[in-house]
Amino acid sequence: MKTILVCCGTGCLANGSRAVADEFERLIGERGMDARVECYVKRTGCNGFCENGPIVKIEPADIMYYKVKPSDVAEILEKTVAGDEPVERLLYKNDRGERVLHQKDNPFYAPQHKNALRNIGAIDPTRVEDYIAAGGYEALKRALTMTPDEIIEELKKSGLRGRGGAGFPTWRKWRTAADVDVYPKYVACNGDEGDPGAFMDRSVLEGDPHTVLEGLAICALAIGAEEGFLYIRDEYGLAVKNINTAIADAERHGILGDHLLGTDRKLKLSVVRGGGAFVCGEETALIASIEGRCGEPRPRPPFPAVKGLFGQPTVLNNVETLANVPIILAKGGEQFARVGTEGSKGTKVFALVGKVKRTGLVEVPMGATLRHLIYDIGGGIQGDRPFKAVQTGGPSGGCIPAHMLDLPIDFDTLAQYGAMMGSGGMIVMDDRSCMVEVARYYVKFLSEESCGKCTPCREGLRAMLEILTGICEGRGQEGDIELLEQIGATLKESSLCSLGKTAPNPVLTTIKYFREEYEAHIRQRRCPAGVCTALTVFTIDPEACRGCTLCSRACPTGAITGAVKKAHVIDASKCIACGSCREACRFGAVETRGRDGV
Amino acid sequence: MEKVWEVLRSYPCEQRHSLAMMQDLQHHFNYIPREGMEAMAEYLGCPLSSLYAMATFYKALSLKPKGKHIIKLCDGTACHIRGSSNLITGIRRTLGIGPDETTPDGLFSLELVNCVGSCALAPVMVVDGTYYGKVTMEKLPEILDSYREGAAR
Repeated sequence: MKTILVCCGTGCLANGSRAVADEFERLIGERGMDARVECYVKRTGCNGFCENGPIVKIEPADIMYYKVKPSDVAEILEKTVAGDEPVERLLYKNDRGERVLHQKDNPFYAPQHKNALRNIGAIDPTRVEDYIAAGGYEALKRALTMTPDEIIEELKKSGLRGRGGAGFPTWRKWRTAADVDVYPKYVACNGDEGDPGAFMDRSVLEGDPHTVLEGLAICALAIGAEEGFLYIRDEYGLAVKNINTAIADAERHGILGDHLLGTDRKLKLSVVRGGGAFVCGEETALIASIEGRCGEPRPRPPFPAVKGLFGQPTVLNNVETLANVPIILAKGGEQFARVGTEGSKGTKVFALVGKVKRTGLVEVPMGATLRHLIYDIGGGIQGDRPFKAVQTGGPSGGCIPAHMLDLPIDFDTLAQYGAMMGSGGMIVMDDRSCMVEVARYYVKFLSEESCGKCTPCREGLRAMLEILTGICEGRGQEGDIELLEQIGATLKESSLCSLGKTAPNPVLTTIKYFREEYEAHIRQRRCPAGVCTALTVFTIDPEACRGCTLCSRACPTGAITGAVKKAHVIDASKCIACGSCREACRFGAVETRGRDGV
Repeated sequence: MEKVWEVLRSYPCEQRHSLAMMQDLQHHFNYIPREGMEAMAEYLGCPLSSLYAMATFYKALSLKPKGKHIIKLCDGTACHIRGSSNLITGIRRTLGIGPDETTPDGLFSLELVNCVGSCALAPVMVVDGTYYGKVTMEKLPEILDSYREGAAR
């Protein structure tokens, strides 16, 4: 029997996968099914390779098709489902231009090691039977035969550290909460993925919701909790829906609810929708939000493991962390710890995005190098432009320059260089990304998201934003860089929560590694990347221009004129310096320089 | 008002459900009407000011009525790097509105959001829950026009 898997994650849906799935169902129904082949369409979760969606996979042959349109469906059914012939043009083309038949040979997937994403794209997230068939809830079964100490010991052996950002050892959190003799206790899942540029939690919640529930249930057994919450961003509509379905199904099947798998242990889970505040990713703020208050952090200690939700001991874990828990319980902590580095065990999911050829979610062993991620898996930079920097860890992280590409990625190494793992956002930038503007972008984001409770964060970010905006708009002055460093140091030392403490990272790392770019903005009134509009003039090199008219068609203001096959010209009075022409040009004819002609 | 009470009564009378109640009101009315908040204060027996604090704290909540179609333009890092700020300019040119503004005819509201988790498709725009990936200045007016009255969708 052949199975047709149509990815219906948010990314593929945006590319029109619903219509593809419907077309499969329609045609299969219409043709009354082939006698030999029985097909059905599963709506699987996100494959992470969204840019090439809609993605369709035919099992068991492991044939993967990309950018499938409803009009391709009939051909796929005829050739691949009824017969065994691939549809060549829908296969992925690798770096050597060869068509790749199997998912496992695709250069994007081949080097990956999947733990947290193990089921995604392979099971129907809305069917608990699928999860069980894939070995789901076996770990919970095992955990029910163990004592809390044994469970926590297994976690300790695994070396699992929190995947949400800080990398705190998971077992230690559980240990603390288990040791407190106060009841009721709570478990909670942090699904408030606020990092712009990271979407692994969305993918797991959408594509494999039961693994998160199983992780939570195991945690509840370890600490002695009977109630739990999943705090999920309201923007993630499909994630909320799939988790709610999963909870209802698990209760109906007697997996969760009043009798965990038929035992006398119970666990009641419910979903809380986030209100759209980045600071709610901080644990004490998230707890305040679940309690129905403004999501403002409070000083720690007491830590939530001692005094958390409603003043009771609470363990709060990130989605990806919880998705790793069932594997540890099923296969043993030692087995899990075989992968990774000395201080960081297991794998990490990264959202490889930005100016890289193959974007999407990738899960690799801890300790993989940035080069491996960006060049082997990501296929290098779009348009083969020079790599400039990679921003890791979202607004709390830092920018890492080209000469550090061979750095192994784990919690400790990244922190050592001023960046951080964060939740795993990995934003690749090329020579057309301005590092000052990137720093300004993050500071603007953070100053809007700062809850305003403590002064250093509220006022410090505002001051930094003002300086950075000035630099980007050509009002930079000598001494600005030093002032930014000084304010940054103050924030690091005196902010109340991690939002403020890590907020200067993007600024400090860009100053550290790209100081000359700041200086060009301030001293020469020039943006080397040609991004800051106030400092950039666009021109077309008449020698290089072939007159293909792509730029004039891309220009939103009609500032570019020229006849076909003749050099084009930009009218500076109409140009808004958006850079659309530079993106459109295939001959590198669009040039930028500073307003003063430098 | 009837709808307000229907929303409120669908939750137990506990403070911890206040965010969910407000989200539901927001979904239904496209903003949180003053009467809605007053009713909530009465129902939960809490000060109006604490609800006002929440309504202004969370980005998902709004005290001003929103347009018929909500444009959520993603300005997350991946979208930003791939040119979302140009799209803000593009929307201003096409509709004459900036972030957090509504067109005078009440048809469109623009919201800037930080990451909708579809970074692989950057830059992304979401209109009434429909995702548009790899939006360009060229495609932008086309997408917006399809939401106008009488447009074939």
